[in-house]
Amino acid sequence: MQISVDAQAAAYLVSAILFIFGLKGLTSPATARRGNVLAIIGMIIAVAVTLVSPEVRGYNLIVIGGLIGAVIGVVIALKIHMTAMPQLVAMLHSFVGLAAVLVAVGTYFNHQAAGDLDTLLMVELSAGIVIGAITFTGSLVAFGKLQGILSSAPLVFTAQHWLNLALGIATIALAADFAVNGHLVSLYLIILLSFALGVLLIVPIGGADMPVVISMLNSYSGWAAAATGFTLENKLLIVTGALVGFSGAILSYIMCKAMNRAFVSVILGGFGVGEEGGESSAMALAAEKGVKAAGVEDAAFWMDNEGAKVIIVPGYGMAVAQAQHALKELMELLEGRGVTVKFAIHPVAGRMPGHMNVLLAEADIPYEHVVEMDEINPEFPTADVALVVGANDVTNPAAKEDSSSSIYGMPILDVYRAKQIFFIKRSMRPGYAGVDNLLFYRDNCSMLFGDAKAVCEDLVTALKTA
Amino acid sequence: MSEPLVALYVFVLACFVGYFVIWGVTPSLHTPLISLTNAISGIIIVGALLVAGFEQASFTVDLLGFLAVLLASINIFGGFLVTQRMLSMFKRKK
Repeated sequence: MQISVDAQAAAYLVSAILFIFGLKGLTSPATARRGNVLAIIGMIIAVAVTLVSPEVRGYNLIVIGGLIGAVIGVVIALKIHMTAMPQLVAMLHSFVGLAAVLVAVGTYFNHQAAGDLDTLLMVELSAGIVIGAITFTGSLVAFGKLQGILSSAPLVFTAQHWLNLALGIATIALAADFAVNGHLVSLYLIILLSFALGVLLIVPIGGADMPVVISMLNSYSGWAAAATGFTLENKLLIVTGALVGFSGAILSYIMCKAMNRAFVSVILGGFGVGEEGGESSAMALAAEKGVKAAGVEDAAFWMDNEGAKVIIVPGYGMAVAQAQHALKELMELLEGRGVTVKFAIHPVAGRMPGHMNVLLAEADIPYEHVVEMDEINPEFPTADVALVVGANDVTNPAAKEDSSSSIYGMPILDVYRAKQIFFIKRSMRPGYAGVDNLLFYRDNCSMLFGDAKAVCEDLVTALKTA
Repeated sequence: MSEPLVALYVFVLACFVGYFVIWGVTPSLHTPLISLTNAISGIIIVGALLVAGFEQASFTVDLLGFLAVLLASINIFGGFLVTQRMLSMFKRKK
């Protein structure tokens, strides 16, 4: 069966519309699943009409490649732990990047065989290859940092940015040579240099800036698809690439705004160097600094009052300790005793946008209990207890009070306005920004030292026996 | 209007659509948003199919096309499935 060009274009339009409605579905958790299904239908239509187009003449490779990919994809999607989502999306971004490079090179050879190469096409091919290759290796580095294969600390060295600039200029020069003179060796050099650039661009960015990196690579993977669309003159790829590209760009913007950092400063990296400190005797250090430590019984006593309100502030430490299930138990226990429990989410909590929401959802915590920063901040003054679990910098009042602080101006959760604060922490080490948290010295703040999960479980036990 | 210019029109207008649609996404679903965009950027499979299905091509091109189809297919199946898995966890209060 073969399909006319117009019929194919019309079907692609339907796919594009379904993708748009699919993304629109994410406006609310209630419509989100339907949105995903719409996008799936869009994808099926797009693949089906491409398969019956006259350009596709052989099916063996397609069927084998598609099936292997399907098996791998399904297995990964079913096995992956929710805490590993940042790694998974980093890996998937790298696949889009590499696929874009492969398609661009393959397209070049096919056009060369047909003898219809022109300068514009070669410029578009170069653009697709550069974006795709940077996405590929950049995402691999992000994956390595998130998975702990590479150190998540920023890697900075002298003249780093000049090196990147030089590589960037060399890449553009090679692309110009390839487009005008058609030297194949330039094409290969473009790929190599872009691979190197992808690595160099991501290594200086530290672990806690990962939400920006993931959003940015998400955006790049979209632009890579759009560039491929230009080379193939395929409108569906262009539309989809633009949607994905903008999605990632907007997320990057939201993340940077939530850290009060300029996008450029995040990209240049190096933030949070020298955060590593000793873990020696948290209690002694705390006493020395005039910080109060409390026991879980104190915390349980404060929370266990009918009509009381408890706001829990989760951060990356909750994900590391896998404390979300213990928190769910704590929530149910408190609710059973007439206490209102809410979760306050800072936009950059965790390693990717929305990370905390997914982990809390995994623990079966209803999404009505999970409230975003702007909405929950006015509620802190009426909260009897704020319980901070594995968050740090996003609760630091220095962001509002100390204009000399490196986090000054960053929007924070107004935890300090709660009547009583319990702060779960392993040690007195400062957070990612390397800044001391002024919250600890407040009269209404007490530390609960220990692993987030263990402390939450002890809290549950203390409440049960009380 | 020449073909590249038509493509540019489509691209720019799609950027505007993307801008407005994405700002509407609730922050609590930002992780599923990333995994869903991951899945739909598997649309690069359209390009991969054209390369892999181009018969009488050299072995190199066949290999490029085959790998591209495989990678895009992982994205599509993995992306959509993991999005569905995540979204099914977002529940209202019982």
